[in-house]
Amino acid sequence: MKRKIIIQRGEKEDYFMHEFEMESGPGMVVLDAIHEIQANDAPDLAVRWNCKAGKCGSCSAEVNGVPSLMCMTRMSDYDPSEPLVIKPMKAFPVVKDLVTDVSWNYEVNKKILPYQHPDTDDPRMLQEDVDRVQEFRKCIECFLCQDVCHVLRDSDMKSEYAGPRFLMRNAMLEMHPLDQGDRLETIKNDNGIGLCNITKCCTEVCPENIAITDNAIIPMKERVADEYYDPLKWIWRKLTGKTN
Amino acid sequence: MGAIVEDIQEKKYDVLVIGAGAAGMRAAIAASDEGASVCLVSKSLLGKAHTVMAEGGAAAALGNADERDNWKVHFRDTIKGGKHLNNWKMAKIHAEQAPERILELERWGAVFDRTKDGKINQRNFGGHRYPRLAHVGDRTGLEIIRTVQDKVIHQDNIDIFMECTVATIITEDNQAVGALAYYRNNGEIVAIHAKAIVVATGGIGKAYRVTSNSWEYTGDGHSLAYLAGADLQDMEFIQFHPTGMVWPPSVKGTLVTEGVRGEGGVLLNNKGERFMFNYIPEAFAAETAKDEKEANDWLKGVEGAMRPPELLTRDVVAKAIMKEVKEGRGSPHGGAFLDIANRQDADYIKKKLPSMYHQFKELGDLDITEEPMEVGPTTHYMMGGITVDAETGATSLKGMYAAGEAAAGLHGANRLGGNSLSDLLVFGNISGRAAANFALNTDEISFSKSKLKKAANEITDCFSDTKTENPYHLHRELQDIMEMHAGIVREEESLNEGIKKLKDLSKRVENAKATGDRSYNPSWHLCLDMKNMIITSLAVAEAAKERRESRGGHTRLDYPEYDKELGTLNIIIRKGPDGLNIVKSDKKIMPDELQDFVMKEAV
Repeated sequence: MKRKIIIQRGEKEDYFMHEFEMESGPGMVVLDAIHEIQANDAPDLAVRWNCKAGKCGSCSAEVNGVPSLMCMTRMSDYDPSEPLVIKPMKAFPVVKDLVTDVSWNYEVNKKILPYQHPDTDDPRMLQEDVDRVQEFRKCIECFLCQDVCHVLRDSDMKSEYAGPRFLMRNAMLEMHPLDQGDRLETIKNDNGIGLCNITKCCTEVCPENIAITDNAIIPMKERVADEYYDPLKWIWRKLTGKTN
Repeated sequence: MGAIVEDIQEKKYDVLVIGAGAAGMRAAIAASDEGASVCLVSKSLLGKAHTVMAEGGAAAALGNADERDNWKVHFRDTIKGGKHLNNWKMAKIHAEQAPERILELERWGAVFDRTKDGKINQRNFGGHRYPRLAHVGDRTGLEIIRTVQDKVIHQDNIDIFMECTVATIITEDNQAVGALAYYRNNGEIVAIHAKAIVVATGGIGKAYRVTSNSWEYTGDGHSLAYLAGADLQDMEFIQFHPTGMVWPPSVKGTLVTEGVRGEGGVLLNNKGERFMFNYIPEAFAAETAKDEKEANDWLKGVEGAMRPPELLTRDVVAKAIMKEVKEGRGSPHGGAFLDIANRQDADYIKKKLPSMYHQFKELGDLDITEEPMEVGPTTHYMMGGITVDAETGATSLKGMYAAGEAAAGLHGANRLGGNSLSDLLVFGNISGRAAANFALNTDEISFSKSKLKKAANEITDCFSDTKTENPYHLHRELQDIMEMHAGIVREEESLNEGIKKLKDLSKRVENAKATGDRSYNPSWHLCLDMKNMIITSLAVAEAAKERRESRGGHTRLDYPEYDKELGTLNIIIRKGPDGLNIVKSDKKIMPDELQDFVMKEAV
């Protein structure tokens, strides 16, 4: 079946919409369509991808305005009489065509205190105590949650806010049963957890179906509130000199 | 569009690691621990390498799920699975050191699935005598790559070049002294001077049409090493994983983890028969269930019951599926049925095999908790690769080391599932350490500007106006040649024809055309990748022709049996003055004590 596909092309700020027509086969995903266009019509069309199996999180883009993994988005999910519009992620600077510069995410990650292992020769953890941590560790770093988050997408507050992916990474480390680190201060200050206003857009686009807001961000907000804003705890700390 | 030599950035390090999957990252960590300055070059973004796709687990004889397990049994399983062609020293070192490498990951923050008493849980897998695979559901590779990634970014002395591809290794007086690479995003060229190089570039699967591999698997390391003068070996041994998706066509080849069978999944033909009972090789009969009742008892944990035949080694299962299809007992789209729905309850399946559930639901419109999957063989893993020394990972070229899938020897003629993730960690560590120690005791050898210029011109040559061939179309032609002539079954006449076609295609690849400019340009990247794929494919076809027997992943229709003499030889591919040379080399002999243990009927 013939399908029309409109792709945003060009480098950095200088872009245009380029319309293509391609032959779509059974089971095809959007990334297959891009590859067909590359092979036949636009050899230099830039797209970032690796596994084409939903496991590496490289082929993030916006398909008809929805942040998606192109390898897991079926062509048959869209009305064939309408053209499909594919754009790069909006929250990050465009390198070329569908490829964006996501290096900021790597910089944020580098500043998070890594896992701190306890001094033990026989580390034990029960499955029920790591279920939640494992949910967060399913993250494939596609950065779609970062792309959809208003604080990054519309307000571009990258210097004050780490975004859902890295608030969740903090939550994963804080909830790790063996971790010895304390990240609450950086979660509050450097990572700006207060800026999240719980619209849950990140959860909606997560291809791994991680409950980012409910299971990671809200519990971290509560821990930060407990630590810094609970008046009883504040008085208790003043009286006893204890931190918690 | 030609490169101007003055525009080339120059960098200097003790150790250059090419490839940032788990092997490369583990090597970089080890080299940095030894005090070397390290450059880690990653073709993709960090954390996206092929390791991320490993599903089932990492094999290590921790003995958590069955205390009878130990390194010796793991060693025996590896040699039996590799059809005795393995480098026994590598198999021994691997089995001995894998447990420590896994425990180390836990100290770095990895969170494996747990046993009831809170230790790392281990699952059953093909060819492993005991439950041995440390795992996280069916996303173990992601867990491992993320763990080493988080370690590597916080390590001193490691510079990471993301989305940067090494195009040439530079040698002076038969020693590797550096490399030329290009940044994918802007096309700038960088020369990296290094006293030692670790090649950890993974496999070659993209030379085939039906494959579980990502685009990166273009045989870069194999080709770079060969051109620089290092030996390749066992290139005829490619693992065709028995269970890839077969429908719909756009996902044909996408991996279905062996973990499905490890969790109790069974293979059925279109008559509903568990056909694997008809394909049990003699060497495995003593350790395999005789009938369905015994196999079902094993799943229930009945003592003394042997493993189901679905957990035979991958070469055996892949060929069995092919035979069923060929004889008219295949599934509607030319595979076999893999059923877990009738073996485990839906919640358990979703917990232990979440990405399989997701993958079939999203891409195949199929609920694996209710219906059987359709599966068939897919190109999965390169057992062959760069010849290395077991204790150091040193290649035959001074200053060059190799680890992971790019290196050869550990897996022999067939790799056991789960032995790859542990391979990456064990030999990544070993090669990184050895490379650092070599570098720290070596004087820098600078390379000449003329070499730099020549190499840079070769990288940008495909932009020339005289070029005409579409690299995407050349790639498809290559994939068709490899599927048809060097696929899961091979024979002399067809291999000869394939080699001729590859040589013809090779000339056309020299004429491949890059369209546009050097900023993030996939047509340019593919022109360069094609050169690597052609060299590697020729090595595969030539080695496959030379091995006139069937063993492990290499099946010859015209020589269906083992050949005793060939079982003592490795086929070496070496670059000569007139092109590719083939040399047979004696396999290293195992000490009697280990040999006797391997040959025991059952342990």
